[in-house]
Amino acid sequence: MHVAKLARLALTDEEIEAITPELAAILEHAEELSALDTHGVAPTAHPLPLVNVFRPDVPRPGVDRAEVLAAAPHAEDGRFRVPRILGDAP
Amino acid sequence: MSASRIADDVRAGRRSARAVLEEHLARIDEREGEIHAFNLVLADEARAAADGVDAAVAAGDDPGPLAGVPIAVKDNMATRGIATTCGSRILEGWRPPYDATVITRLRDAGAVIVGKTNLDEFAMGSSTENSAFGPTRNPRDPSRVAGGSSGGSAAAVAAGFASLAIGSDTGGSIRQPAALCGVVGMKPTYGAVSRYGLVAFASSLDQIGPFSNSVTDAALLLEAIWGHDPLDSTSIAQPLPAVGSVLDDGVSGLRVGVIEELTDVEGIEPEVRAAVESAASALGDAGAKVDRVSVPSTIYGLSAYYLIAPAEASSNLARYDGVRYGLRVDGEDVAAMNAATREAGFGPEVKRRIMLGTYALSAGYYDAYYGQAQRVRTLIIRDFDRAYEQFDVLLSPTSPTVAFELGAKTADPLAMYLSDVCTIPTNLAGHPAISVPFGTGADGLPVGVQVLAPALGEPVMFRAARAIERSAP
Repeated sequence: MHVAKLARLALTDEEIEAITPELAAILEHAEELSALDTHGVAPTAHPLPLVNVFRPDVPRPGVDRAEVLAAAPHAEDGRFRVPRILGDAP
Repeated sequence: MSASRIADDVRAGRRSARAVLEEHLARIDEREGEIHAFNLVLADEARAAADGVDAAVAAGDDPGPLAGVPIAVKDNMATRGIATTCGSRILEGWRPPYDATVITRLRDAGAVIVGKTNLDEFAMGSSTENSAFGPTRNPRDPSRVAGGSSGGSAAAVAAGFASLAIGSDTGGSIRQPAALCGVVGMKPTYGAVSRYGLVAFASSLDQIGPFSNSVTDAALLLEAIWGHDPLDSTSIAQPLPAVGSVLDDGVSGLRVGVIEELTDVEGIEPEVRAAVESAASALGDAGAKVDRVSVPSTIYGLSAYYLIAPAEASSNLARYDGVRYGLRVDGEDVAAMNAATREAGFGPEVKRRIMLGTYALSAGYYDAYYGQAQRVRTLIIRDFDRAYEQFDVLLSPTSPTVAFELGAKTADPLAMYLSDVCTIPTNLAGHPAISVPFGTGADGLPVGVQVLAPALGEPVMFRAARAIERSAP
């Protein structure tokens, strides 16, 4: 299922079978929105009218690196370790 | 137990914080096995904190406005070195490397944190049945849900495990469980309380707020945690209004509008509607001018919310990729590892919302779903603005029903979502709202009445809430 791939979810066949009608029902309910006239109405992404919030540019202590790495599933040499990112060369 | 009373007594040296804590821990020992309000009880840490408060009092120092008050904290707020699960397997065992700002403020105010409370996974749900660690039961009737997603926090206060609690509210997750458990629950104006260290669900909607046994205690807790935080760029920079000092100013001349669409909403129980009408007439008796008001687009809030919140969630939850914290399930490459980790770590409701949000944001569907929902959000805000030209506060039910049986709605996501139909519009607008217990409905279960106000309208909202509380049956 394309959406599951986009969402990086390895759903099982049973899950896809269950979720498909559930999502269809939710989207059908949401169809009521398309009946509303929103011509010329600006979208609201956020309730506060904020633009460019700045803070003073002064150094302050961040979180402890060792503490952060200790929480990772795999870390080595001060870095997060992950499986290979690129496939085999063709 | 009254938090204001505890803090007064502890500050004056009439009672020790340790003795207050032990009373609460004893109640936890007695009933937590049945209720499951907590994912983690922090008895040792709480004892040390209480002893610290008592030592400060003995030394002649003032430990702060929440001195010695036992408080429960929803398990989606970061506590340094202490497990923070969000009710999810994907974060099981994770110990945050920092404290949320609210945690720091609670400690600075002298509060004693007794534990981390259960919640629907990543705060997605209305019954706390979506927790990976099992549901929380309603202390008023353990065969019923506690509501959600902050069900553990509501139950902790209702069961006397803590005098106060903190929750987060994205679509009603504080107010709805408060109503179902018969306690006070309040969502502040968006940006009033720092979200730094609150694990993000839907960032434009999430807001932290108090649970308490009384309106007065909710104001006390709110004033201890709110205010600008440079660590949250959406935190309101201007000074916030005084709340506690105006609570008992009364409602004489206050204009109160009962929202027609939410009071007559589909599926509302007759006793719930009657409670709202009775609260409205009580405000009238106390000197307020009460009328009905139509806020027509509020009924579209549910549909708009169930596109906007999942869209934001699908983006926020992308961070659970098995790389930096929590669970990892190995795969042959990074993409396979990400997908396998997320498949194993997330529960069904979280997967459903990630799928829904990803779909609503995907190319070709973005404008029809997410874009339209954002425009409807504007319509809802405009309708509220119009209503607040005529009224100081608005009134509605908090939840259309009293607490339902465990399992009653788990098979039908849409039926579960309808639990939040009355609370969602406030989150979309960024406004404050409070749920106040007002009598009982079906089967003698608690009913909550909701008071809504415009942005930063907390003072007038609390005055109305206090008047409702005084007249509650």
